[in-house]
Amino acid sequence: MKTQKIKFVGAYLFFCGFVVFSQDKVEGTVKDANQMGLPGASVYWMNSQLGVVTNEKGAFSIPFTKEYTSLIISYVGFESDTLIINEPKTIAHLLKPSNELREVVVQQKRDALEKSFFTPQNVVTINSEELLKAACCNLSESFETNPAIDVNFSDALTGTKQIQMLGLTSPYLMITQENLPMVRGASQTYGLTFTPGTWVESIQITKGAGSVVNGYESISGQINTELVKPLTDTSVFVNGYANQNGRLELNTHFNKKLTDKLSTGIYIHGNKRSQKEDANDDGFLDAPLADQINIMNRWQYQNAEKGWIGFLNVRFLNDEKQVGQVDFNPLTDRVDNNPAFGENNNNSLSGDQVWGSEIDTRRFDTSLKLGYVFPELPFQSMGLQASYSLHKQDSYFGFNQYNIDHESLYTNLLFNSIIGDTRNTFKTGLTFAYDGYQEVVNSTIFSRADTSAGAFFEYSYDNIEKVSLTAGIRADTHNRLGTFVTPRFHIRYTPWELGSLRGSFGRGKRAANIFAENQQFFASSRQLQILDTDGDIYGLQPEDAWNYGVSFLQGFIFLERKGNVTVDFYKTDFKNQIVVDWENPDEIAFYNLNGKSYASSLQVEVNHEILPNLQLRAAYKYYDVTTDYRSGSLQKPLQAQNRYFANLGYQTTLKDNGAQWRFDYTLHTQGKQRLPGTASNPIAYQLPEFAAPYSLMNAQITKVFSPAFEVYLGGENLSDVTQKNPILGADNPFGSNFDTNIVFAPIMGRMFYAGFRFKI
Amino acid sequence: MKKTILTVVVLFVAAFSYAQEKNKKLSFDVDGVCEMCKERIEKAALGVKGVKFATWDIPSHQLSLIMDERKTDVMKIKTAIVAVGHDTKELKATDEAYNTVHPCCKYRDDKVKDDHKN
Repeated sequence: MKTQKIKFVGAYLFFCGFVVFSQDKVEGTVKDANQMGLPGASVYWMNSQLGVVTNEKGAFSIPFTKEYTSLIISYVGFESDTLIINEPKTIAHLLKPSNELREVVVQQKRDALEKSFFTPQNVVTINSEELLKAACCNLSESFETNPAIDVNFSDALTGTKQIQMLGLTSPYLMITQENLPMVRGASQTYGLTFTPGTWVESIQITKGAGSVVNGYESISGQINTELVKPLTDTSVFVNGYANQNGRLELNTHFNKKLTDKLSTGIYIHGNKRSQKEDANDDGFLDAPLADQINIMNRWQYQNAEKGWIGFLNVRFLNDEKQVGQVDFNPLTDRVDNNPAFGENNNNSLSGDQVWGSEIDTRRFDTSLKLGYVFPELPFQSMGLQASYSLHKQDSYFGFNQYNIDHESLYTNLLFNSIIGDTRNTFKTGLTFAYDGYQEVVNSTIFSRADTSAGAFFEYSYDNIEKVSLTAGIRADTHNRLGTFVTPRFHIRYTPWELGSLRGSFGRGKRAANIFAENQQFFASSRQLQILDTDGDIYGLQPEDAWNYGVSFLQGFIFLERKGNVTVDFYKTDFKNQIVVDWENPDEIAFYNLNGKSYASSLQVEVNHEILPNLQLRAAYKYYDVTTDYRSGSLQKPLQAQNRYFANLGYQTTLKDNGAQWRFDYTLHTQGKQRLPGTASNPIAYQLPEFAAPYSLMNAQITKVFSPAFEVYLGGENLSDVTQKNPILGADNPFGSNFDTNIVFAPIMGRMFYAGFRFKI
Repeated sequence: MKKTILTVVVLFVAAFSYAQEKNKKLSFDVDGVCEMCKERIEKAALGVKGVKFATWDIPSHQLSLIMDERKTDVMKIKTAIVAVGHDTKELKATDEAYNTVHPCCKYRDDKVKDDHKN
């Protein structure tokens, strides 16, 4: 019996050998990483007609001639390898699987900012090279060299920058981290400052309705951040930064490959500002005293033979800010800590109190992503995304108190496959989300628990050349938003070479967290008012909007160098919106939209390498953001209708040792901005109807000594534009005209910074 | 005993090689030079009913496929590729079809080949 088997195998081998028998040959086996033979793999000589296919054990034998030296071994789902062979011999070759989940590695020089001609969505990808142009510091500052996003000042105290897209502020933008919802709920205002810039690998900005896969909340667009990965990031990275105003930052990354499949990284960020700055002499700090510790541990698992991929993140954050008058000492001056004054007791203030505020945030978050690619079917995969976060913010602003605790759980289960062939693909899945809020607004407690469950299906068609489209729909049931359907549609058409015409429409719905999103108003003497009572969210209805957009991208060659021009127009139409009305200087009122509210945006952008190595990016933007307030239809306050943007980047040719100089210059021009009403204030506290236009300039020089070390030096606000009196009523912060929110220009003047990056 | 084993083995081998696989993987050589050729080749392959997945590797000239053997066979795919002007080992494109490809895709021309070497 045993001999019979051996004979059979022997006969088989003899037979195979006979077929390709020749004097000189290369023999061997092709195996996968588990030492299993790969049957059906192709083995052939480069530039020849000579090729064989491996047998069921993965063995092959191919004639050898001196003419050919490069032997190519390839197999579907594995990376092709080329072996240099100069003599007949026996080889055993392992092939590396190539079916990594949704990752395409393109080995060519890519633009720092990429616009795709082929995706149906209007997506701009910012990669790490672009992010280095403005060296600072966290996600909210990463968009300064990009015209798709506007960076605005949110208030005169906290130094927080707020981002806008299509004329709408961040609550209407979905901000995700590796496709998990990230900056939302309690972290809406400060969340962007919780992602250090060096952690960011790339950012994808999608204008207009996003994908239904990530939920129903996005209205004007989506910003997704990909963080550096333990497997691909450098093993040691250190970045140090210091600026003229006493802000110090340190970032360190340590990554280690534990096994072939498992890698881990520890990322530590700390920033501190303890220097008190008051350049405009209004008695208030121009920038907060701040302290942040942010630690993340990340695990990456990749077993491509079996098709599994996984990420696990754990992060702790502690962020403390102190703002207000320069002399404020929280231990003695905090109003409700001072026994002489009762909470909210205006009358008992003697007039020599010091106004101050502290905002302390602690946050824990963890997320898990698991993906499985069917090893035999590279186009079919499954994924599970889950995240949990616990966010606690304790804060007071003068005698206003605001605390928020937010516990959030999000899970998304996905399945991707094809219909017929890879031109027709679909994604489908289920989402479950829970948000528990507990808020203390002065002495009132608001608490609510939101749960939602939904299912989605998204179909994509791509015929590679002319047309591609994505049509998605999801149905969700939410205990406060009700049961509703969210359709979203994107199409791309290529009418001619390098042209790309896109259209989209989609719906978005969300619950506005009025306090968390507008907490800067606590730093004013405005009275908070909620004018509706019949809704489920603080008495208000959910926000509901449709977004429509068209864009046209045309690539061109001018002076023998590539460039492109984009024109896009988007309109967001609110069916319901929570109107934030601060036209009366004594109050801030929240109410359901009664009438019309829309945001239209037109953008024209040109990118071109005008001289060798000199990149120009220029844009013009026009916004019309109009809302029917109770007092009438008005343009959104503090929103420049006309904006101009230019960025120039120059790089010297990279030397053999990796040395290079990089220069970067950015100009922002803001047209006039409408200011909210102050007419009922005493004359001393009145502001004009419009703020004058102004221009801001930033520049940075980077000297790269080698791939391991570089230093940078930069300046912000080089033209030294500042707003003279950013705080209304600064002379009497406990008085009735105190307001820190009417900020339309920088508070800090010209500022220089320097830093270094070291990596091995 | 010997006979049964032999029969089982033969049957198994036969079943293995003649079963009509729903997701049959294979790859073969297709001549071409650039990104544009890649688009043309993949499009032609996917245009054949039963081809689910097609990707052409520029440096190795390998077209990797996953197809439903019940609906198509290799020759049908090769015919479709040849029809858009790209050579395979068994089938060569007609001059007529070859002439329809973009001038920068003329992979039979040594000069064009050299242009794409870098």
